[in-house]
Amino acid sequence: MTSWPVLSVTTFLPLLGAILIMLLRAEDDSVKRNARWIALWTTVITFAVSLVMVWRFDPGSPEFQFVEKQPWLAGTISYHVGVDGISLPFVILTTALMPLCIVASWKPIQRRVKEYMIAFLVLETMMVGTFAALDVVVFYLFFEGGLIPMFLIIGVWGGPRRVYASFKFFLYTLLGSVLMLLAIMAMYGNAGTTDIPTLLEHDFPRSLQTWAWLAFFASFAVKMPMWPVHTWLPDAHVEAPTAGSVILAAILLKMGGYGFLRFSIPMFPDASEFFAPMVFVLSVVAIVYTSLVALMQEDVKKLIAYSSVAHMGFVTMGIFTGNTQGVAGSVFQMISHGIVSGALFLCVGVIYDRMHTREIAAYGGLVNRMPVYATIFMIFTLANVGLPGTSGFIGEFLTLMGAFRVNTWVAFFASFGIILSACYALWLYRKVVFGALEKPSLAAIRDVEPREIAIFAPLIVLTIWFGVYPKPVIDMSAASVTALVQSYQEAIRTAAARDGASEAAAATAAKIAASKTAAALGH
Amino acid sequence: MNTVAELPALYPALPEIVLAVGAMVLILMGAYRGNQSTGAVSGFAVMLLIAAGVLVALMPAETQTTFGGSFVLDPFARFFKVLALIGSAVAVVMSSEFLSSPDRQRFEYPVLIVLSTTGMLMLISAGDLIALYLGLELMSLSLYVVAAIDRDQVKSTEAGLKYFVLGALSSGMLLYGASLVYGSTGSVTFAGIAQGAQAGGVGLTFGLVFLLAGLCFKISAVPFHMWTPDVYEGAPTPITAFFAAAPKVAAMAVFVRVATTAFPTVVPQWQQIVVFVSIASMALGSFAAIGQTNIKRLMAYSSIGHMGFALIGLAAGTAEGVQGVMIYMAIYVAMTLGTFACIIAMKREEGPVENISDLAGLARTKPGVAFLLGMMMFSLAGIPPLAGFFAKFYVFLAAVNAGLYALAVIGVVTSVVGAYYYLAIVKVMYFDEPAPAFSPMRGELGVVLAVTGLFVLLFFVWPAPLVDAAGAAAKSLF
Repeated sequence: MTSWPVLSVTTFLPLLGAILIMLLRAEDDSVKRNARWIALWTTVITFAVSLVMVWRFDPGSPEFQFVEKQPWLAGTISYHVGVDGISLPFVILTTALMPLCIVASWKPIQRRVKEYMIAFLVLETMMVGTFAALDVVVFYLFFEGGLIPMFLIIGVWGGPRRVYASFKFFLYTLLGSVLMLLAIMAMYGNAGTTDIPTLLEHDFPRSLQTWAWLAFFASFAVKMPMWPVHTWLPDAHVEAPTAGSVILAAILLKMGGYGFLRFSIPMFPDASEFFAPMVFVLSVVAIVYTSLVALMQEDVKKLIAYSSVAHMGFVTMGIFTGNTQGVAGSVFQMISHGIVSGALFLCVGVIYDRMHTREIAAYGGLVNRMPVYATIFMIFTLANVGLPGTSGFIGEFLTLMGAFRVNTWVAFFASFGIILSACYALWLYRKVVFGALEKPSLAAIRDVEPREIAIFAPLIVLTIWFGVYPKPVIDMSAASVTALVQSYQEAIRTAAARDGASEAAAATAAKIAASKTAAALGH
Repeated sequence: MNTVAELPALYPALPEIVLAVGAMVLILMGAYRGNQSTGAVSGFAVMLLIAAGVLVALMPAETQTTFGGSFVLDPFARFFKVLALIGSAVAVVMSSEFLSSPDRQRFEYPVLIVLSTTGMLMLISAGDLIALYLGLELMSLSLYVVAAIDRDQVKSTEAGLKYFVLGALSSGMLLYGASLVYGSTGSVTFAGIAQGAQAGGVGLTFGLVFLLAGLCFKISAVPFHMWTPDVYEGAPTPITAFFAAAPKVAAMAVFVRVATTAFPTVVPQWQQIVVFVSIASMALGSFAAIGQTNIKRLMAYSSIGHMGFALIGLAAGTAEGVQGVMIYMAIYVAMTLGTFACIIAMKREEGPVENISDLAGLARTKPGVAFLLGMMMFSLAGIPPLAGFFAKFYVFLAAVNAGLYALAVIGVVTSVVGAYYYLAIVKVMYFDEPAPAFSPMRGELGVVLAVTGLFVLLFFVWPAPLVDAAGAAAKSLF
């Protein structure tokens, strides 16, 4: 279908940009400028290339498209990439947000610009590669490789507690992931391949499913993050520079959800069904508990970070409902959250760049000096709450609907999350934007500049467009989601039938034995 | 029987012969020309090591034995010999600055390294217990002297003495074990032991334990690791770099060979020992390194941990596991040499420094060096896509396929603990405010760092050659 490897180009183009920047010499203003421009052009071209995929993508087919396969690691493990309706939206989300992140870092980052841009471009390659990988080992390579640039981004350009936050981020994620690595090896041992399409067809034995599911869960639950292993996220978010927070919230968290969709559900359906109640409980706790925690925050970024955890609770809940609404809703919720939470962190970045504080108490009455900013912030606050007409609504609604079909109580408690999100988000908005402008430090604060409007404009358009007309995203993923749900349900039915059959067989055997004993006793 | 003993085929041992004769020539050269010839002797020593490496590489691929089965040249031996020769040659190259200062000009130094390397090659090719002991002692005796070569420094002499005393103890254990094994199996050749061991018995088990204890000492695996931190810290840095790479390769090779060719019939007996040693080494290597402030001590604990990881592959007891050990050792040598190139370059005008805090802000004073050292650290921690990840990948894969799940889980968890201190070094270099800059790095160190750095960084692009070579070599043992 394709004459040139469009997916690999999308994946590795940023790396090429990083190498170009690395070749720049001397640390002066021209290097800073060149590094920024190269990074911007690289990400824009990467985005353009990724749009080619949207153009050529056949949404009617649940198959992997733009597939490339090259022998790599001693034959059995190959460089195999491709996208389907579930991974393509994430690839596009990644490539679309990267140029915005580069622009958002244009002025705030003045120190070690060259290294900063390199780290971001390498990170982009890792993220796109994670979503595009069709070999578990290749997936793991990209999944884990992203830790290195992110560790440096938080640690070098972060806030005062950056060292603590970067270590916590790295070690937490690594611990979860190494267990996944062992599960990958066990799967390789069982199936004899690491090729994802082949593994999707493979029928894993029940015991292996359980252990492998738990190991994958350890990794993805940390990445998501799910309660109670979410504590790295607020620290990492608060200390990371603005663009780092955006990437973290918008894309890195989605790797967890994507992993559940790509591995846990289709490869370990029996275990997924077995553990679904646990996931529901954890999701509901995440939704309610972290929303309450968010209410108590004094730091703007921390509040948004906790709200991310709550929103990710909807995603995990939706994924493990195992029905079309729930899964489609999760995919949509992840894309929407990627846009909205990214935008919210950018909003925080705007005022942080001006005041260099993230304390909610340090602000108030911004609407008087910054009317445009107040409007932008309002749109994203409402989208975060899930107001109908914004993209946030669709995902939450669909996941709740999916949950309702499986378990009413789960849906009931999760719905509290919507109310609570309105509480904390509107409370934050009132504290920061409304009221009289009393603080003398804020008296001279400037409204958003054209550069910042250029960042927000596309995000606003997407938020409202997807809120009113979610069809593009839902259509893109529909075929793959349907295929996923069908195979999942079928696997569960087969397993249930098998269990039933074996139980029946056991019962018959017992009966025969009993009758034999009776006969023996009779004699 | 012929009274005139037939001369055994010497051809398979040609590299060893070349090295041994070359070492004699270098001694004569040094003896006639005195210490000012150190530079020239070093140069010739490197050439000799490279020549031996080329000879090893050119040997035919099939297995050959000579000296009545005492000397085995198979693909397994060739792989490890090339590795050991690379490690030794690079160590001599990295010592050139150390040897250039007037009070340290000692021509014996390169000669001792060549002799020690001869011992390593014999050790790797050992086909019976006597050849094993011969190679081991030739290697070790040279190492003891080299550790104490900086004889005016208390630390260096202390390191040499400690190494010698503990090394002698371990040799004693090894000999005792060898004699027990001989007593209970009636043979000293590995093939003969394998046959005799089928009967089992207490003597054999004791012999096996003592034999493995002696070998554990040489690869510095817990609980025979005590000498490592002190020797690493006390010995001059280029010598530490040498200790960390080549001798470990040789000792690991013979460890694998003894376990798989001499005791294939009593696998469960040595497997549990290897599992224990592996877990203990990984755990100690990870936890004890956290508190270190001296980077050489830290690298000592790091190497203890890495030997634990490599042993996971042996614990699996399969060809796949041995392949994992070989890949691990190759990548370990590259990472170790690269890291030590940086440590040797840690030098200010007033002299060399060894504290981790001295690396502060290296990312700003020397961005290139900091980047490569940072990548070495991530690689040592086993983070993909760097080479260190693939090293761990293959040993863990073998362990999982052999059903050693508990070992694998403990292994990955300790690797996360270990990641902490590697990250701490990256943190010092990248996050902290700069300390005074180091003196410029010497050219040869820069080359070593660049080559190993690129290997570690780009290994994932084309991993097949090393993986395939190790796979083919591992098969020759089974």
